[in-house]
Amino acid sequence: MADRRASVVFWQIVVAVVFLSLWQSLVAAGLLDPFFVSQPSAIARRILSWIADGSLWRHLATTLEESLLGLLLGAAFGIGLGFFLGRSPFVAAVFDPYIKMLNAVPRVVLAPLFLLWLGLGIWSKVALAVTLVFFVMFFNTYQGVRDADRVVIDNVRMLGATERQLVRHVLVPSALTWIFSSLQTSLGFAMVGAVVGEYLGATRGLGYVISQAEGTFDTTGVFAGMTVLAIVVVIASAGVTRLERWLLRWKQ
Amino acid sequence: MRVEFDRIARDFTTPDGRVYRALDDISFVVPSGAFVAIVGPSGCGKSTLLNIAAGLVSQSAGRVCIGDRELTGLNRSATYMFQQDALLPWKTVRDNVSLGLTLAGVGRSEANARADDWLSRVGLTAFGGHYPSQLSGGMRKRAAMAQNWIIDRGIVLMDEPFSALDVHTRQRMEGELLALWDSSKKTIVFVTHDLEEAIALADEVVVLSAGPASHVVARHAVTLDRPRDLMELRTQPTFVEIYRAIWAVLRGEVIRSQRGMEAAHG
Repeated sequence: MADRRASVVFWQIVVAVVFLSLWQSLVAAGLLDPFFVSQPSAIARRILSWIADGSLWRHLATTLEESLLGLLLGAAFGIGLGFFLGRSPFVAAVFDPYIKMLNAVPRVVLAPLFLLWLGLGIWSKVALAVTLVFFVMFFNTYQGVRDADRVVIDNVRMLGATERQLVRHVLVPSALTWIFSSLQTSLGFAMVGAVVGEYLGATRGLGYVISQAEGTFDTTGVFAGMTVLAIVVVIASAGVTRLERWLLRWKQ
Repeated sequence: MRVEFDRIARDFTTPDGRVYRALDDISFVVPSGAFVAIVGPSGCGKSTLLNIAAGLVSQSAGRVCIGDRELTGLNRSATYMFQQDALLPWKTVRDNVSLGLTLAGVGRSEANARADDWLSRVGLTAFGGHYPSQLSGGMRKRAAMAQNWIIDRGIVLMDEPFSALDVHTRQRMEGELLALWDSSKKTIVFVTHDLEEAIALADEVVVLSAGPASHVVARHAVTLDRPRDLMELRTQPTFVEIYRAIWAVLRGEVIRSQRGMEAAHG
């Protein structure tokens, strides 16, 4: 098992090294034009210079703040409504088509509206992230409440549970399973919302950095921004995976 | 505590809007402290009858009396052991066993102490901190038994509780059930499709007919002495005699039920 893991990591590194050196040498040999695809060494230098002048942390902090706020608010609304509708089949049936319609709206077209309503600051980005996270959380909570095992519910009722105890001991944990398993997706969506929002109009954040670089045909800046974003997402999702494994430890 | 079924009927509406009568005019009494088994072909509605006694399903006609009071709502004098896994997968075995006490407002330390006592009674002392998914099928049944018996109620309803177990585990669980019951004076209503199991455990076997409109076709007292040795019981002449007598009735119902199913699917 450990052997297999080590060998997977080894080959993952091999893939990265081969890809980056191929890219680097093709550009160095003049087969690829650095104006269009930049070069790994240039990208690395750019990221280091951002770290040196401190601008990386400022932009990163803004993006993370927006993502986290979007995740928290989206989760709060989504879980709240999911629970309410999961317990009220009639209301759920009434609102079903409207929820589906809202979910069908491409979020990018909402971004300019949010800019108009909430300004260039962080809240227009948070709002965009919320619209993405909300639906993931909502559908999972709703499903989790509806899917709670009938036999387990009957068992707990026979053991003497009141309605409130039933919610606490069965419905909440059952929905949490679904909510936790959607945490990974939600986190990704929250960051997408924040970055897209920044990209379309902001004064700070990684999305803003990338859009500025694109505006001046600075491909190195674009790739550097993308690299930072990718690294952050990988680290964050590793954290979420560990959290999830701990919270859902009863599933083995 | 006695359980009385008084002219119980139960209708279901089929998807095409017709009314299907599952149970019809069922009357019998389970005396206080008795162990009564209900057998019948699959689909005859024996689980529905048990659910009516539990108050989980309401009858279309007739009434259920618990003690001398008519049952309305959930049966608070009974515990129910389900055929399927009904443990809460997100709670440890100890928390599962103590759940009934927790729900009743018993303090954590007392609930834990009593749960540990029950865990040792069902041989799960070492597994209190495990989750149900980490236990074998037989161990999960033991935990479910402890979860049910820890809340001391006069009636125990059991719906084919051991049917998913292999034959040896099953016999052991049956033995443990009898040992628990023997020292408790509880009333047990035990639904099974296995006639051998019914005779081995019960004081009386109630046979339901094939559906639709399933009704009581026979009641047979089991005169075997207690305590019973489940390992040897099945080869005793009295056992075989009783088995033959009940099977003579049940056989016809099983055949009728199979014909009915073939007709429905053919």
